[in-house]
Amino acid sequence: MNWNRIRDNISPTRLQINKFNEVWMLVWTLFLVVVPLFIVSGLLWKSSLLLENHTLKEIIFSSEWKPMSGKFGFLPFIMSSLWVTLLSLLIAAPICLFSAIHLTQYANRYVLRFMQPVIDILAGIPSVIYGVWGIIAVVPFVAEKIAPMFGVQTTGYNILSASIVLAVMVIPFILNILIDIINTIPKELTEASLSLGAGKWYTIKHVILRKALPGIISAMGLGLSRSFGETIAVLMVVGNVAAIPSGIFQPGYPLPALIANNYGEMMSIPQYDSALMFSALLLMIIVLFFNIGSRFLIMSYEKRFK
Amino acid sequence: MENQTKIKVESLNLSIGNKVILNDINISIPKNKITVILGPSGCGKSTLMKSMNRLTDLYPEMKVSGNIFIDDEDILHTKNDVTEIRKRMGLLSQRPYPLPMSIYKNVAYGLKISGRVNKQLLNKRVEHYLQQASLWNEVKDRLKDPASSLSIGQQQRLCLARGLAVDPDIILADEPTSALDPISSQEIEKKFLELKGNYTIILVTHILRQAARIADYVVFMYLGEVIEQGPAKEFFSNPQTEITKAYLRGSIN
Repeated sequence: MNWNRIRDNISPTRLQINKFNEVWMLVWTLFLVVVPLFIVSGLLWKSSLLLENHTLKEIIFSSEWKPMSGKFGFLPFIMSSLWVTLLSLLIAAPICLFSAIHLTQYANRYVLRFMQPVIDILAGIPSVIYGVWGIIAVVPFVAEKIAPMFGVQTTGYNILSASIVLAVMVIPFILNILIDIINTIPKELTEASLSLGAGKWYTIKHVILRKALPGIISAMGLGLSRSFGETIAVLMVVGNVAAIPSGIFQPGYPLPALIANNYGEMMSIPQYDSALMFSALLLMIIVLFFNIGSRFLIMSYEKRFK
Repeated sequence: MENQTKIKVESLNLSIGNKVILNDINISIPKNKITVILGPSGCGKSTLMKSMNRLTDLYPEMKVSGNIFIDDEDILHTKNDVTEIRKRMGLLSQRPYPLPMSIYKNVAYGLKISGRVNKQLLNKRVEHYLQQASLWNEVKDRLKDPASSLSIGQQQRLCLARGLAVDPDIILADEPTSALDPISSQEIEKKFLELKGNYTIILVTHILRQAARIADYVVFMYLGEVIEQGPAKEFFSNPQTEITKAYLRGSIN
């Protein structure tokens, strides 16, 4: 076919519009890449004051948080964040996985059709509302029911309450992705396994979950990043005490809560201001690390099986 | 030699909602022969085959009635375990769907389910079935590789090996060559001709020439109904109905 002739038939204005469209789409794509770079460099620049006066080791591994005397140890905040996030994923992951299996493999089609909008609505509830629900329901429940079972006295404002609230928040988010992932697995694969004499559960365990594993990992990774950055709902129930938590019934003080609680009030102390910027940077780097980690897991899995 | 009937389908009806997919199907499929279910796309051939190993169970919207006898057991109304019925039939689908595991494990999958876990014995069986599917020489040095790393023709032969490994007496093949190149297709056809001594093979196809090449017995379907069935020679040389004649001429597709 003669492409040149076709090209000649296109009017010059159409070519220009094409060209223009190509360019501005490229600009917006670049914008998407450049913004995070700007954020990181801005944060880095703002936290330089803190980094000039303290070594990185001191900041990250010290647990002494006394801003008035110039001591900024971030370990309590990092540890609180990790405790809350990992515990929430520990609660959410099995619930998500089993309900995704149930909804896609066992439940009546109509149940899934009914549940999907319900899950979407749950995912769209503002986090303050989850926080309020945490205060009026989860905190007393933990203080009066769960802690006494372990012989512990607590106000209920602790790591466990925050993890429960967070788990409930990320469940719809992870569940939605899991349902989509399992639904994309071709039905013929199930047919193949069944016709080899496998039962339903055996097929789910050895074929469907195996096929879905990269997707499951990335869904969990996204959930992890999301709960790591969640601010309001967590700070409302976590207790906000700057000490390394020694158990799930201890209060904690995650990084996002630190920023949200103090930013704006401490502008007068330059080092404090800089320290808050640094915690934002830290937050961003850790989330990035989670993402890279889950990507790496997926890649190493796909190398072995697809 | 007198033909023994392996599978007998009696007044089978299948519908989804108001739509009739299969209408009063009555066929008998001879033992240890290649029976080709022939017909244009969308005439219900694949669905007919799926009902033979009860994969229709996976689709709750399908309403099935009638009887399918395999060796005198009515599999639609049996009290026996469905997985036992399915194990008696190896399935080849339109595109190969290798399980998400290594080449070795794909073949060992069915063997392990039936409780054969002795490592040495398992190795022997896996080799045996890969040989049977003429794949052994190509994969013997890479058994641990993921099955998806094979070419699509090799994948289809792997699926054949995997199906043979559960020791079925029936092979159900649903347009098994439609995604393959001509050479791989030829290999599969050749394989079927070799295997038919020991297996009852049912092949669904819309390729007339393929049917003519390997069929012993032909079932011709059109719009959810069986129009004509009989030994391949008679079917091709002396078709009875106008629709069959038109199809053989190539005027319906």
